[in-house]
Amino acid sequence: MTSTAISPSPVSTNSLLWADNLHKRFILHAQGGICLPVLKGTSLKVKPGECVILQGPSGSGKSTFMRSLYANYRVDSGAIWVKHGENRIDLTQCQPHELMAIRQKTIGYVSQFLRVIPRVPALEVAAEPLMELGLEAAAARDNVRSLFRRLNLPERLWSLSPTTFSGGEKQRLNIARAFSVDFPILLLDEPTAALDAANREVVIELIEEKKARGCALIGIFHDEQVWQRVGNRVLTFGREDETALGESHE
Amino acid sequence: MTSLTQNFNFAYLDEQTKRTIRRTLLKAIAIPGHQIPFGSREMPLSYGWGTGGMQVTAAVIGQDDVFKVIDQGADDTTNAVNIRRFFEKVCGVETTESTSAATLIQTRHRIPETPLQEGQIMVYQVPIPEPLRWLEPSEVETRKMHALSEYGPMYVRLYEDITQFGQIATAYDYPVMVNQRYLMRPSPIPRFDNPKLNMSPAIQLFGAGREKRIYAVPPYTEVKSLDFEDYPFQVETWDKACEFCGSTESYLDEVVTDNDGGRLWICSDTDFCRSRGKREE
Amino acid sequence: MITDCDEARLITMQDRLVPLLTVERLSKAYGAVVACDRVSLSLYPGQVLGIIGESGSGKTTLLKAIATHLPIDSGRVCYTSTAGQALDLHELPLPRRRQLMRTEWGFVQQNPRDGLRMNVTAGANIGERLMEVGGRHYGQIRQTAGLWLDQVEISQARMDDFPHTFSGGMQQRLQLARVLVTSPRLVLMDEPTGGLDVSVQAKLLDLIRSLVRTLQLSVILVTHDIGVVRLLAHRLLVMQGGQVVEAGLTDQVLDDPQHPYTQQLVSATLVP
Repeated sequence: MTSTAISPSPVSTNSLLWADNLHKRFILHAQGGICLPVLKGTSLKVKPGECVILQGPSGSGKSTFMRSLYANYRVDSGAIWVKHGENRIDLTQCQPHELMAIRQKTIGYVSQFLRVIPRVPALEVAAEPLMELGLEAAAARDNVRSLFRRLNLPERLWSLSPTTFSGGEKQRLNIARAFSVDFPILLLDEPTAALDAANREVVIELIEEKKARGCALIGIFHDEQVWQRVGNRVLTFGREDETALGESHE
Repeated sequence: MTSLTQNFNFAYLDEQTKRTIRRTLLKAIAIPGHQIPFGSREMPLSYGWGTGGMQVTAAVIGQDDVFKVIDQGADDTTNAVNIRRFFEKVCGVETTESTSAATLIQTRHRIPETPLQEGQIMVYQVPIPEPLRWLEPSEVETRKMHALSEYGPMYVRLYEDITQFGQIATAYDYPVMVNQRYLMRPSPIPRFDNPKLNMSPAIQLFGAGREKRIYAVPPYTEVKSLDFEDYPFQVETWDKACEFCGSTESYLDEVVTDNDGGRLWICSDTDFCRSRGKREE
Repeated sequence: MITDCDEARLITMQDRLVPLLTVERLSKAYGAVVACDRVSLSLYPGQVLGIIGESGSGKTTLLKAIATHLPIDSGRVCYTSTAGQALDLHELPLPRRRQLMRTEWGFVQQNPRDGLRMNVTAGANIGERLMEVGGRHYGQIRQTAGLWLDQVEISQARMDDFPHTFSGGMQQRLQLARVLVTSPRLVLMDEPTGGLDVSVQAKLLDLIRSLVRTLQLSVILVTHDIGVVRLLAHRLLVMQGGQVVEAGLTDQVLDDPQHPYTQQLVSATLVP
């Protein structure tokens, strides 16, 4: 990793992630260069075994914040310190190939969307992150199969391309894909939105297991029942020009 | 005869031209198998009839040479007779049909069956000197390929032969590696003759008049026919013997004798056939 | 969950620190027209780098300059060979360069007619690079060619057929096999799915993706199709007027485009 991205000790040793004073605005060139400031100094620290819930009305910036933590959005200023292996690295200073390594090993992301090549079967799509880590294909598939079973994804779907899946099926595939890897940090973007009550329970169980293993989770949940049960803390986002309201303990 | 030698320089070409060709030949001998461009002259017959070979012959022939010309192995075909007569006229040298008596042999399409000896010079008539031409039309590119010994694509052709015919079917002008360095076309001799190129005691010179290239194989040089490990190079064989001399080791021509499909096989090398016939009488 | 492969992962991580290819301030002009203007990039092992831009943006010139198919005006193209040497490609002696291009590099042309020998069989097309690097056993060459036909999902029964009897998609897959047979580390692709039907494209994209992963290939992929880079490329360069106007991870560039041109490009794309 580049030396500039490694800090001597920016994070208290027990934090896995520290977002420090993030600013992000969008400039829409096609609309006369309109400037939309979304993040104006948001900060967050997450410890192992903690689950932080991002709260706020739509458009308040919680999604932008989450995507910034995955380096999907590039922030204008601020730092995102992450414990990657033995190093602590600032995501905002990383080269693309470093980000790829961090996403492979350290930060997992359960997105609401699923983009796949039409012909690839669900089992392969879900096993891909494990295989990219160098795990044998058979072991990776076994791992994913057990998650599929827990998530009640019908076995007849496993060998089909997910393009034809329903929203809930796609969502469970996404969860299996991200939960199969032992990421120290997991970002969850509405992981239960399209799930029925039974499967929601399974996801809650899976989150609890991750917490028990010392994983740091950050999630957006539309379902208050879910976040009330899994969340340790809430980071609330405000409307318009208000910045984050700060942390409130459960 | 006298009038002709007075009107023409010895061996038809002017001394300056002969000198440039000799320089080219020296270079060709020094780099076995490598094609050297030369300023090909107009000869009193059209390109494609052996003008390259004739210019090489003209450059090396001397008063004391004994000259032989063969075409498809025969001394008595039109082309062979004409070229022999031409040099008789412009050089006044002795000519022969006997391989062992000749010091200089110009040939089209064959190497004599009688083994060549030290001191003899073979001159081959070459229509297309570039072995890579079939796959690469650009001269710039083929020169690069030679310079870098990039001969893999040549094997593609042999691969295709085996794939289509179950064996390497190239019967004439079978590509060879000279001195483990340059890929060379041996001129359209049958592949039966390829082994005779290898470690030959004679000097072998190749002239392409239309393409303006000269190349050479010096005496005792390794000349290897391309092949695959599991499809080694093989010469043609016949289950017939020569109708005239009974030879079973020579290259046989098939001759159709009548309109009813009657045919017979005879030696392509007329001198070889005749000398065997005489011995048997 | 994964412990037995920790060592393998460590090696992968270390590999990734050394770029396979580095392009430094490469410039190339055709007369007054600047096709590539001080372009820099680096490619790490196992990565697919997409280069996107409209016709005339200089992306194909850049690819050809990297492949040394074109001379460059200034700049450097540095490649780290299997032996670990850093080689300045445009300064490298021609024999070594051509040898690299036949072994450690591969180039996949947009039009399979430019990348295949149409007058020789599929087997010979695949076998050619083997024969170029000294393969002299007909049986073994055929066996290897057969394995590669399997890899690119062409029936071995078609080995002795000519490429002109193949469909466009098959020709393109044959071209892949022809290039990959010597196990190159770096493959350059110029619009590999251009000119194919959408359904055929999907199959080819899927194939390329799985080959990239199983063979640990590094790829530079030039295309004007955002869908193609979305599915194949880890990283993306956006070119306009010979310059790189934006670069980053593919999802960064496409989800959070910053440059006006990139925003226009992304917003003009229909999302399926």
